[in-house]
Formats: sequence, structure tokens, C-alpha cells
Amino acid sequence: MASLDDLKKRIASVKSTQKITKAMKMVAAAKLRRAQESAEKGRPYSKKMNNIILNLSSGISDKENAPKLLSGSGNDKVHLCVVMTSDRGLCGGFNSNIIKKARSYFAKLAEDGKDLKIITVGSKGNDQLKRAYGDKIIANISFKESKHANYFDAEKVGKIVIEKFGAEEFDVCTIFYNQFKNVITQIPQAQQIIPLNVENLEEEKSGDSYEFEPDEDEILSNLLPKNISTQIFKAMLENSASEQGSRMSAMDNATRNAGEMVDKLTIEYNRSRQAAITKELIEIISGAESL
Amino acid sequence: MSEEFKVEIVNPEKSFLSKEDVTEVIVPAFEGEMGILKDHISIISFLKPGIITINSKSGEEKFFVEDGIVEFKDNNLSVLTSSIFNLKDVDRNKIKDLIKTAEDEANKAEINDQARFLVNQKIDVLRSIN
Repeated sequence: MASLDDLKKRIASVKSTQKITKAMKMVAAAKLRRAQESAEKGRPYSKKMNNIILNLSSGISDKENAPKLLSGSGNDKVHLCVVMTSDRGLCGGFNSNIIKKARSYFAKLAEDGKDLKIITVGSKGNDQLKRAYGDKIIANISFKESKHANYFDAEKVGKIVIEKFGAEEFDVCTIFYNQFKNVITQIPQAQQIIPLNVENLEEEKSGDSYEFEPDEDEILSNLLPKNISTQIFKAMLENSASEQGSRMSAMDNATRNAGEMVDKLTIEYNRSRQAAITKELIEIISGAESL
Repeated sequence: MSEEFKVEIVNPEKSFLSKEDVTEVIVPAFEGEMGILKDHISIISFLKPGIITINSKSGEEKFFVEDGIVEFKDNNLSVLTSSIFNLKDVDRNKIKDLIKTAEDEANKAEINDQARFLVNQKIDVLRSIN
């Protein structure tokens, strides 16, 4: 059995860990509120964007000459996967869930004999993927300096993706992120952004005919790159809310576990203290008896 | 009959402005300034750098935009833009900074004609409000 001193030290160390996890939980809760707010505020933009694109693409008559971002490059050979994770750890299964989803997708691609290229956003994803897929990772982007998700960062990622598509480096692009459902549940998502899956855009179709100025093609080719950035931004917002939510529940669990551990250790400490006292008493008594 | 319609300006981070009592909006559409009144035909267009003027009962408001998309439908005008600010709230130094970055961009050798046109347009507009 551990000595009394050792137990005391362990209790103290668990208690101080508990303090840290508790503080992290508080911080995560505060950040979560902000992240959730900005995720909600960002929704109208992407929704409107979806609407307009839907209206435009249904109006396009000449499918063959449609912009490539919409119709695809005609091939289905090289897949680009943008895996979006966090830059910080200690957030429960947040990163692992995305990676797991991505890995199973990668495995399926390999089975189908497709080529794979990976862009990781956030350093944690890069850390986890670089051992198995190091040769496939073509870029790693990290926004450690930005305090919260902003559109400027999303645009940077979007530009890289579009540039690579323009250079015909890939045919299909999918982004991986965690969708925020609530604090306990985050759903890892795989969303194809190039070519754009028009059927998957939820929203009622309006039969209205629009007037376009300049013509449809030009608007569409101007709009689609913006849409890519918007989708990435949306994913970033969802991700940051999910990260904080996941961290909050992970830290809540950690705090609770630490509490249980302190209780257990305290009981053990008291027991062994009592045992020591009893032992001493017995020694005194038996010493007195032998006289 | 009322001559008012609804306008909503959103940027990726939040809903920037929403107004119900608007009588006229002038937007810098790509092919020239465009005034929109109530019961305009449904239209989609995109913006070049310029000034959006919103006339409403509560007065006139002006905003600077760099790019964006406008959609008008059923007397709802939506403007999607990534960079917008109210001319009232902006200070001179910020405009000067913007002009400077725009000029740097214009002086780059590798930009194409369309980008150059847009940048020059931006510089002109920024100068005019400065």
C-alpha cells in the first residue's frame, strides 16, 4: 500500500488537474456560445448563396458548356479531400471522429482505384494523417493565429482549391468537417463541393425566371468560386462550434472523473491513516502488557 | 399603394442590414449603376466596387462594397457581399489604407485586364469618398 505521503501528493495533483479541466470547461463554454452565435449568423449567407445557385443552375440551358466547377472536369479519377480539424487538442473525440470518417472514405477510394490527394486544415488532422497518408498530403493549412473562424481564412483555402482545380490537379473535391448538432453530438460530415451536387442542395425550387445581367454563364462562373469559399467557411464555423462543444463535454467528464478519483483516494488515505493509528495503539498496548 | 420593399444585406459573418421601408436602392452592378424600385423584374446580377445607396423613409444611407451578388425577387432585394461598410462609420485612415492596398495590387504585373479594371474602379470610388 502506498504511504500516507504519497497518497497526499496524489490527491493534491488530481485536485490541481481538476482545477485545470474545470477552467478549460468554463472557457470552452464561453467560446462555444460565441461560436454558435457566429455559426447562426453565417447561415443566411450560405443559404441565400445556395438559393441563387440553384435558381441559376436550373435555368442553365446548355449543360455542356456549364462552368467546370458545376459540371465537373468530366473525369472521376483524382479525388481531393480537404480534412478540416482543429489546431488544439483536449477536445474529446472531435478530431478522431473526422479522421475516422476521412479514413474510411480514403479506404473506399483506394478500393475503387482512385487517386487521392489530401489538404489538411488544422494541425491536429495533419498530425494524425501524416503517418499513413504522408505522401498524399499536398498542403497543410493552419490558422493558429486567428482567434475565431473568419471569412478571410476560408477564402484562402477556397483560392487554393480553385487554383488546383484550374490546374486540373484533381476532379472531385470533398470536405470533411464536424457538423454541430448539440454539445454532446457532433456529426462528422463528408460534403462534395466540386463538382457541385445541385440535387443535394435542400431548398424549394422556385419556378421564377430571372433576368440576368450579364448573362447566366458569367454570373455562374463568378459565383461558383465564391460558393466554394462560402461552403468552406460554413464548415469552419460548424467546426469551431463543434470543437468547443466537444471540448466542453470532454472537460466536463474529466472534471467529474477527477472528482471521483479524489473521493476514492481520500477514502484510501483515511483508511491507511486509521490503520497506522491502530497499529501504533496495538504496539503501545502490547508493549504495556508485556511489562 | 405603398412604394416600399424589403432589402437585406448579408455578409458571410452576419446579417449586415435589414430594412423594410425602402423606396429605392441604387447598386453598382457589373455593367453599370442600377436603380431598383418596387416591383422590379426578378433579377440576378453581380457587383463591382462602388457605392450602394439606399433610400428609405428614414433617410438616405450609403455603403461601400467591393464585390457581391444582388438578387431581386418578389420585392425582396438580397445583397450578398464579403466586404461592406457604412460610409458614415468609416474613418479616413481606413480608406487611405484600402486605397494603398488597392494601388499595390494595381501595380502588380501579373494581374489580368478584368482584375485591373476592378481594382482601378475601386481606387476611383475610394478616392471619391475620401
